[in-house]
Amino acid sequence: MGHMEKRVTFKGIWLPLLLVLPQILITAIFFFYPAGQAIWQSLFIPDPFGLSMQWVGLGNFEYLLSDRYYRASFVTTAVFSILVTVVSMGVALYLAILADRLIKGSGTYRTLLIWPYAVAPAVAGVLWLFMFNTRVGVVTWYLGLLGYDWNHVLNEGEAMGLVVVASAWGRISYNFLFFLAGLQAIPRSVIEAAAIDGAHFWTRFRTIVFPLLSPTTFFLLVVNIIYAFFETFGVIHTITSGGPQQATTILVYKVYSDGFVGQDLGSSAAQSVILLVIVSLLTVIQFKYIERRVHY
Amino acid sequence: MKHTISILAASAVLASSQAAMAQTEIEFWHAFTGRLGELVAEQVETFNSSQSDYTVVATHKGNYSETLNAGIAAFRAGEQPDILMVFEVGTATMMAAKGAIKPVYEVMDDGFDQSKYIGSVKGYYTSPDGDMLSLPFNSSTPVLWVNRDKLEEAGINPDTDLSTWEQVGSVLDQLKDAGVDCPMTTAWQSWIHLENFSAYHDVPFATKSNGFDGTDTELAFNSAAQVAHISAMGEWAQDGKFIYAGRRNEGGANFRAGECALFTESSAGYAGIKAEAEFDFEVRPLPYWKAVASEPQNTIIGGASLWVMEGQSDEEYQGVAAFLDFLSSPEIQAKWHQDTGYLPITSEAGDLTRSQGFYEANPGTDIAVIQMTAKEPTANSKGLRLGSFDQIRGIIDEELEAVWAGDKDAQAALDSAVERGNALLRRFEQASR
Repeated sequence: MGHMEKRVTFKGIWLPLLLVLPQILITAIFFFYPAGQAIWQSLFIPDPFGLSMQWVGLGNFEYLLSDRYYRASFVTTAVFSILVTVVSMGVALYLAILADRLIKGSGTYRTLLIWPYAVAPAVAGVLWLFMFNTRVGVVTWYLGLLGYDWNHVLNEGEAMGLVVVASAWGRISYNFLFFLAGLQAIPRSVIEAAAIDGAHFWTRFRTIVFPLLSPTTFFLLVVNIIYAFFETFGVIHTITSGGPQQATTILVYKVYSDGFVGQDLGSSAAQSVILLVIVSLLTVIQFKYIERRVHY
Repeated sequence: MKHTISILAASAVLASSQAAMAQTEIEFWHAFTGRLGELVAEQVETFNSSQSDYTVVATHKGNYSETLNAGIAAFRAGEQPDILMVFEVGTATMMAAKGAIKPVYEVMDDGFDQSKYIGSVKGYYTSPDGDMLSLPFNSSTPVLWVNRDKLEEAGINPDTDLSTWEQVGSVLDQLKDAGVDCPMTTAWQSWIHLENFSAYHDVPFATKSNGFDGTDTELAFNSAAQVAHISAMGEWAQDGKFIYAGRRNEGGANFRAGECALFTESSAGYAGIKAEAEFDFEVRPLPYWKAVASEPQNTIIGGASLWVMEGQSDEEYQGVAAFLDFLSSPEIQAKWHQDTGYLPITSEAGDLTRSQGFYEANPGTDIAVIQMTAKEPTANSKGLRLGSFDQIRGIIDEELEAVWAGDKDAQAALDSAVERGNALLRRFEQASR
């Protein structure tokens, strides 16, 4: 659709510079400066009070990467992020397709679905924790009636399932909004033409709707993976604190626990740098390989 | 050093009291909410109205970890409070921060009598020379809580002897056979079942006198005694006799609701259990293994102490000294001990409580005091001084969970915890060099 855009061009260099200056300033202060600090700090082992620092070069990275629990955390993070992304996008797409077909009451339906997005991750964590509390949780109680003994305090799979559901839940609303908008932007005439040609719902979805929805899907994929990496901290902290054992210790939780529980700022900074690299790589990969398959 | 906000706060305080023109303000950051928060506020209020030279301003800064982080961040920004509450596991971190703290014995004036403080309480916070570096504020020790009704329902004499783990083991069998869903649960598993277990059986938790003699200490809680205990607990967990509820004090809810027969928890659980339990409960000394020790040594404390931060004016330090002296006075300490279930920090406060008839009126409340003070502490039972210890506890939690879940045996889990913890100790040693 690029050729349809109207391009506005400025003469000279000063006005455009002035216009992007606020954005550049904000990026520099809130992104480049802290990122630079993290890189700098990752080369030292400082004492918590900032009284002394010892240069260790890449020692913090060596220490981290030789720790098999840290390496295991990569796998945990990958499993967690993929599950959160798949669950939140899958459910959202399903709900959006249903809402798109609604004729009456779609406004109410949409509003209700958007509500969970307003709930902060930590609060969502507490809500889900209450439902699945091993002693007083409503869901745990019903599961008990069915003969299932729910215990995410010791069962690693259940703990992972619970943090995935709690993290995906609030995200479904956000994804739903984008999917619905994407669905509604698909011209009716194309779908109707296919229907007249005898294509059933599933064929229409596979050959017309899903490809036309791919820019939205791609955007959501990038955004959701970044969400799962960075913004699910509150959920993990309130529900499992990374346990049982290390079943739900994702990378970003380890940054917190080393930095703010262990006061080991060198290791924590090195982990932030590693995260920075991973997310950059992921984004590059997504744009390079997956975007090729996206139809605009 | 005082900045705009504190000046504003100070002027608000000054405006409300005319006689306060020359008052020096003392900032005190703590981690207490709820009933404990009210009791701290009450102490501060009593101090402020007892004299006219100083005003203590107490501020809640979140839980223990958050309060320590707030103190550290404030120090880095040059805005540290005068007094910072730090939990016992942060002791080594504070001690290593030579330029950030002012030892309490230096803050106090010449007449400071360190001998009036109870040895096993202050011992956690003293230098190798025996000088107090911080002032113990709230200290507790683990005990065994018993639901007498539950024992009776299971056909067990509620007065049965539970002083050894051998005896507890056979009671757990009977409870299980009688169909009790939760024969035993615990709070703070590392603190009670490894740290206190080691002190109580006089075996080292770490080398170098549990870290008191240097940061080149190594963890040692994977020896035969601890392995035997964790192994027994693991079997009880597999048999449904020990119910694991969580890393902190989640098990307290199960016990207070009357679901569990036995509960290992801090003596400071008293206020909550007394308020909520609708059954006949009792405090017993923490059990020990007869097979490991012929009689128990002392238990160690948990809780927090007050650290004085560096970089304040002389007037402020005089005010801090006056406030800490006030907190240590027998009347204030005795009231704190009786209200909260925390241990008294001076023997005078314990004596006063006894003479007031509190222990007779509230049987069992002196068990913790006796358990702590019955014997002179050894190198294994003076306390722990280990860097990154909050995080090492996290590692211990993870490894114990593997035992309770049946994924690892006790020896493998404790070996792994020691190895992982030692890596953190080496990092700490390097950072504080």
